[in-house]
Amino acid sequence: MIDFYLNLHPVVQGVLKGLAVIMVIFPIGGACSMAERKVSAWIQGRPGPNRAVVPWVSWIPVIGPFLQRLGIFHVMADGGKMLFKEDALPGHVNKFYFILAPIVAMIPALTTVTAVPFGAYLDTAGKVIPIALANVDIGLLAVFAVSSLGVYSLILAGWASNSKYPFLGGVRASAQLISYELSMTLSVIPLFLWVNEPGREATLGLGRVVEFQSQPGFLGGMWFVFIMPVSAFIFLTSLFAETNRQPFDMPESEADLVGGFHTEYGAFKWGLFFVAEYAHMVIGSTVFTLLFLGGWNPLPWVSLADLAGWLGQLSPLLAHPLAVGVISIGVFLVKVLALVFFFMWVRWTVPRFRYDQVMEIGWKKLLPLSIANLIFYAIAIAIIQK
Amino acid sequence: MAIVPLERKPLTFAERTYVPQILSGLKTTWRHLVKPKETLEYPEQRPAIPPGYRGVPTLVKDPNGREKCVSCQLCEFVCPPKAIRITPGEIPAGAPAEHVEKAPKEFEIDMLRCIYCGMCQEVCPEEAIWLQNQFSMTGYTREEMVNNKARLYELGGTLPDEHFKWDKKKSAETHGNDRH
Repeated sequence: MIDFYLNLHPVVQGVLKGLAVIMVIFPIGGACSMAERKVSAWIQGRPGPNRAVVPWVSWIPVIGPFLQRLGIFHVMADGGKMLFKEDALPGHVNKFYFILAPIVAMIPALTTVTAVPFGAYLDTAGKVIPIALANVDIGLLAVFAVSSLGVYSLILAGWASNSKYPFLGGVRASAQLISYELSMTLSVIPLFLWVNEPGREATLGLGRVVEFQSQPGFLGGMWFVFIMPVSAFIFLTSLFAETNRQPFDMPESEADLVGGFHTEYGAFKWGLFFVAEYAHMVIGSTVFTLLFLGGWNPLPWVSLADLAGWLGQLSPLLAHPLAVGVISIGVFLVKVLALVFFFMWVRWTVPRFRYDQVMEIGWKKLLPLSIANLIFYAIAIAIIQK
Repeated sequence: MAIVPLERKPLTFAERTYVPQILSGLKTTWRHLVKPKETLEYPEQRPAIPPGYRGVPTLVKDPNGREKCVSCQLCEFVCPPKAIRITPGEIPAGAPAEHVEKAPKEFEIDMLRCIYCGMCQEVCPEEAIWLQNQFSMTGYTREEMVNNKARLYELGGTLPDEHFKWDKKKSAETHGNDRH
């Protein structure tokens, strides 16, 4: 089986790997929409959606009702509804761009996964090898470059709808992206200054950042969220703005813009926007986890290699590269999903900012703060690494 | 009431960063997240109905099983949306409640018109029509939403009061009034 896979043409291998990852990301996007409904319900003191169930699942004694209470099957019900609804195309829109917009939303959201490592295993020499579709050196730059393209879908949707509220939503989306992309990028520069110590080959790879956070010693095993809390804060805030999450929900902003950029959309096209938004959120969380939360290291100061060593003492089966790979992906997914939960938790806590407040926070607060942060760490790193 | 001048303090630095406020907000929402849910899951769980609730109007019988309505039609006349329609009838001679003389032949309440105001209950001299606890009525057709006499008695049941007004009247007529 493995030999057959390895004998395939590299392009076929790549396509298979890519499909496998998309098969994971897409359902996670769908499940997140369900999780959002559940979390909002719990925070508002409701049980949330808990009715839909497939008959043969409800026959399973304990697990069936539990899954029903959890609302697992509402994902399918929602998706099916989206798929089979009449997909109305308003007469006043620019049809080509109107249909293009949701597709443009999906592509960057799913493309960014390629440069993001999501697990690791130990080879026979005991070296930690990241699992990724392409563990390239430009890692983070690629993620930034591609994920910013996502905003084009909002602008396209807003413009092609030929209606004033979607248009305002699109304009806001672009303005917001420009304001926050800047501080986001500036906030991670100190991190890479620190990672690219003198005498090493320079890299922007995300795998290297995690490797850096799993060194032995007090400072070596420290996650970046402790070393650079301000950077982490700015990055997280910008991430909220980038993914158009509350409280930076400007492009959608249903209180003042009806539905924002997707006012004229319905059915499956509308659903695609939301899967893209959630996929964006998941990717954003993975990048934050890799940069600041130690990636696949289970705890601060406990690296994956340590864990694999302990498990190896318990049973040699657990030290097998496959087992370690699965454990690392599990650890990573737990962190990412916790972060996604945090996104939702914040959404149901903080009210939406006004548009001028968003601009003020972006330009007058976060940007100076990120520049000051950069200068501080640049000087500090220069002194330490001299 | 005295006027209390409030001093408006300028925001502190921590307050201006807005971060402590967000954190305390997160704490509040977390508390709501973990505490028991406040809603009822409706069809399985029903709310407790308080006494004096005005639900679907029904007709009741007395403990002897006699229908209390004497078809005086006061409720029909008072009903603001004209939801009630009574066809008066006589109680045939020889029936156990012969002395009451009148009873409705047909009694219809159109639940599509009824506004649950309770004026029928208030006006009824016989305490025969009661708004009870049922609060949800559904049907597939307009005809289904009209409660006829049989249905009204089925919904109403028996009122456990011990007045027996008509029986006392009858015994007073035959045996003379023993009290006064």
